[in-house]
Amino acid sequence: MAGRPVPDALLALKGVHTHIGRYHILQGVDLAVPRGELTMLLGRNGAGKTTALRTIIALWRASKGSIRFETNDIASWQTPAIADLGIAYVPESMGIFTRLTVRENLLLAARRGPPDETRLEWIFRFFAPMKKFWHLPAGLLSGGQKQMLAISRAMVEPRKLVLIDEPTKGLAPAIINNLIEALTELKNTGTTVLMVEQNFHAARSLGDSVAVMDAGRIVHSGRMADLAEDKALQNHLLGLSLESHQ
Amino acid sequence: MTPRADWIPPALLLAIALAGLALIGNPSTWVTLTVAGLAMGLLIFTMSSGLTLVFGLMDVMNFAHGLFIAVGAYVAASVMKLFSAAAGSESFLANVGALAAAMLAAIVIAGLLGLFFERVIIKPVYGQHLKQILITTGGLIVAEQLIHVLWGPDLLPLPRPSTLRGSFLIGDMAIEKYRLVAVVLGLAIFGAMMVVLNRTRIGLLIRAGVENKEMVEAMGYRIRRLFVGVFVAGSALAGLGGALWGMYQESVTVAIGAQMMVLIFIVIIIGGLGSVGGCFVGALLVGLVANYVGYLSPKIALGSNILLMVLVLLWRPQGLYPMNRQ
Repeated sequence: MAGRPVPDALLALKGVHTHIGRYHILQGVDLAVPRGELTMLLGRNGAGKTTALRTIIALWRASKGSIRFETNDIASWQTPAIADLGIAYVPESMGIFTRLTVRENLLLAARRGPPDETRLEWIFRFFAPMKKFWHLPAGLLSGGQKQMLAISRAMVEPRKLVLIDEPTKGLAPAIINNLIEALTELKNTGTTVLMVEQNFHAARSLGDSVAVMDAGRIVHSGRMADLAEDKALQNHLLGLSLESHQ
Repeated sequence: MTPRADWIPPALLLAIALAGLALIGNPSTWVTLTVAGLAMGLLIFTMSSGLTLVFGLMDVMNFAHGLFIAVGAYVAASVMKLFSAAAGSESFLANVGALAAAMLAAIVIAGLLGLFFERVIIKPVYGQHLKQILITTGGLIVAEQLIHVLWGPDLLPLPRPSTLRGSFLIGDMAIEKYRLVAVVLGLAIFGAMMVVLNRTRIGLLIRAGVENKEMVEAMGYRIRRLFVGVFVAGSALAGLGGALWGMYQESVTVAIGAQMMVLIFIVIIIGGLGSVGGCFVGALLVGLVANYVGYLSPKIALGSNILLMVLVLLWRPQGLYPMNRQ
């Protein structure tokens, strides 16, 4: 099932392996992320989804395989050089700078100079607290507001690819709807998104394509709508290879 | 909603100063000791501020930081000897010129040495704390022997320029001129650092990097280049601090760096690793306590700063201003 040919993949991983210490986490990942689409990366805890994102941005190094972004093989590149290609990363921990204000967090994320006012207003439409707490240290924000800031940083400039790791984790439903609205708008700007998600409602609302991971490999890839319609396939994939973790 | 600043550590500083006044009794003695304590604290801050940022940014434990202090002091001694006529003249301008030349030479040589040290000694052991301790301690020992070779084993005089000798007498109070200069310079350095850290993009990056260097890299910034810059600036500041401290004592020995390292480690631990503001308050606490206790009970003066560190850590285990590093 892995490696369904995609005509215009912005990002393509082929046979990617990642070792962390003595643990062999990614065991030959083949993944294509279509340009301009939001691809959901699903899978059970420990399947290797976070490791896949961190390997793409080189926070962990691929020990084998190729990671192609547009025309570049970035598998051996350093993290800042990969980010310079127009890739933003929103980690599961959100990675906000708690001692910096909301303004300073966004200022730092804007690499091309001061943030564009029109773009900021666009972000404030979805995330009003960012405007309200503009001069507040980010550490004083609530959990949901921190997540808004983390995603705002990825949106503050046009990017080619945004990697987002479980943005809805631990958030109230109202805030999740807010995030879905913002990410839908981001997708509509033509930005390609690769998103790890456990919340199937969010995944179904946002995803164009989907890849499912298990035990360090992609075990299914296809259209999100097809997976959403196919209960049997969902049960099959989400319950898959439980025995391999026992 | 406005952010709440933590004013308890500065209030503690004020409380210690007032406690010193109550215990010492004599206001003129207290003023003299307080100025001496502030001067000592600000010089220690100058020497230690770079080290706390180096640890905060890259988790590097540099036990050889004292080397830059010693080299700064020795370079200053050599320059002051070269300009001894200007330093000894009665002309204030000539004195300032000699002092500025000594300080500049100390900054430049210590900074260059810092660049060499980072590239050759520190870079190969990024992320390996045990090796960092071993190699930087070894580097300090080797460098001390090289200082012996270059400047000889004897104590080197480092006289103050003539217009900075003596004291201002105000009533019963005697305030050493050089200590006032040290206070002014120390405050200027702290002010400049605050401006850089809080008003510039480089400062923003340093503050962000101390908290979460991985995220800074994921945003496209080369944290290692930033670290090299901070390491060099920290070494240069240590060199400047060493020059000023040597002049404070009016002599230099090769052990000056190693001796200061004890106080520097106490200061950066008290302040909270990676916190420049904490380092500032911690240095002033150490300076005041050392001077007050040295006057009140000289026998326990040596242990007073260790006791201070223990008490601060019992109160705030991660220092006065913990950095929430990720």
